Amino acid sequence: MESRFRILFLIAALVGLSGCAATKNLFGFGDESAPPPTAEPPGQVIEPEVARREVKEPAIDREDFEIGAYVGIMSIEDFGSNVAYGARIAYHITEGFFLEGTVGQSEGGLTSFEVLSGGARIISDSERKLTYYNLNLGYNILPGEVFLGEGHAYNTNLYLIAGLGSTRFAGDDRFTVNFGAGYRFLLTDSVALHIDFRDHLFDIDLLGEEKTAHNLEGHLGVTVFF
Amino acid sequence: MSEHSITTIPSTPRPTRSAWFGCLVAVVLLVCQSAPLQAADEYRSVAVADPYLELHTGPGRGYPIFHVVDRGETVQVIKQRTEWYLVRAANGKEGWVDRAQMEKTLQPDGEQVSFARATIEDFTNAKWETGVLAGDFGGANIVSLYGGYSLNPNIAIELWASQILGNFSNGWMGSVNIVHETWPEWRVSPFFTLGAGVIHTEPKSTIIQGPDRTDQVGHVGAGFRIYATRRFLLRAEYKSYVVFTSRDENEEVEEWKVGFAFFF
Repeated sequence: MESRFRILFLIAALVGLSGCAATKNLFGFGDESAPPPTAEPPGQVIEPEVARREVKEPAIDREDFEIGAYVGIMSIEDFGSNVAYGARIAYHITEGFFLEGTVGQSEGGLTSFEVLSGGARIISDSERKLTYYNLNLGYNILPGEVFLGEGHAYNTNLYLIAGLGSTRFAGDDRFTVNFGAGYRFLLTDSVALHIDFRDHLFDIDLLGEEKTAHNLEGHLGVTVFF
Repeated sequence: MSEHSITTIPSTPRPTRSAWFGCLVAVVLLVCQSAPLQAADEYRSVAVADPYLELHTGPGRGYPIFHVVDRGETVQVIKQRTEWYLVRAANGKEGWVDRAQMEKTLQPDGEQVSFARATIEDFTNAKWETGVLAGDFGGANIVSLYGGYSLNPNIAIELWASQILGNFSNGWMGSVNIVHETWPEWRVSPFFTLGAGVIHTEPKSTIIQGPDRTDQVGHVGAGFRIYATRRFLLRAEYKSYVVFTSRDENEEVEEWKVGFAFFF
């Protein structure tokens, strides 16, 4: 019973004191008077005496373009095969995709009909010259390395291309779709050898009825990245 | 605490690029030449700040890591191809490092290196643009090349040259366009265009011979410029042409084209 009263008194005393303490700050805890806010911000303690070094760094050389030339054989449907040569420029957008523009030329021979008939000519000699340009999108589908012996490794890429353009042959410009595959063999980081196989498709109605001609081209080339 | 100031390396091509055009002859020389073309001190040096820098054997996915450069060592950046950098370590080893790792290196003065790349802001604000489109021109095939200059983010002037390849006639067309982009900051940015030019048509050689014609054309159109990646955008457009022929009636031609372009 006594201990219960004692606890009650103790609680009452505690509540009373804490109330007083809160209002009158009897125990002196906390700030008696908050200091007025200083008008000045703290000044800079350390004055740097080291002048900033002006470093002029050279710009990094970008090599996203590739330019080169090629020579090979083009088989013009009905007109035989002949030497083809041309030039190419490519822009590498990402490590996978690139854009490519090609211009090239070849020459058509005699058709079987012209050979068998003797003198008859379907088109004039000047019209046998074939020139084309194409704009292609390419993708490096199989990047890799090849090894020559133990000491040499070369980067390579197997790529696919597809695009469109125009071919001038037999007196007319012909809308051309071309697609193919190529192999890029990098001799150094900037110089590459190419082997390419492409099919140029265009419509031709020279021999009576209109048909889509497949004109296969295979070539070897050299390109430089810049 | 001082902030790191970021130095930006311009990603624009060096002006000497065009000089390469005549260098095809030098290919053989280049192959034989084993010494680097530039003196070593002309390359940018960066210090490795990550635990290590990984050197790959080639600039692309899948090429293995053959060498690592430890933290604190410096490497020289020899060149960049797409998102890869060819670096030379102090011991002479050369390998390709991707952009993500290069951005964690430091310059000699301890500042962080930032390798500039084109962003969608450049897509909105770039001054020059050039591209290639192809499509259908009133039943014929058309291949077009254009170049444009932006007077401000909304208005550009473009020059177009097109080759038209049809079943019955071929020809070419050149025109000047004014292009208005209403929301140039959008990733897919619609535009409207107005222009005038000349069109030249000649019948195909296997068709009954007709006279070649050169006429004036006017057109209105609309389309989209779509930001793809880096400095690269896709473009699709429709144009309605009126050919002012010397005959009694004018000719109307509809054109649909898609293609790609660069801005710089």
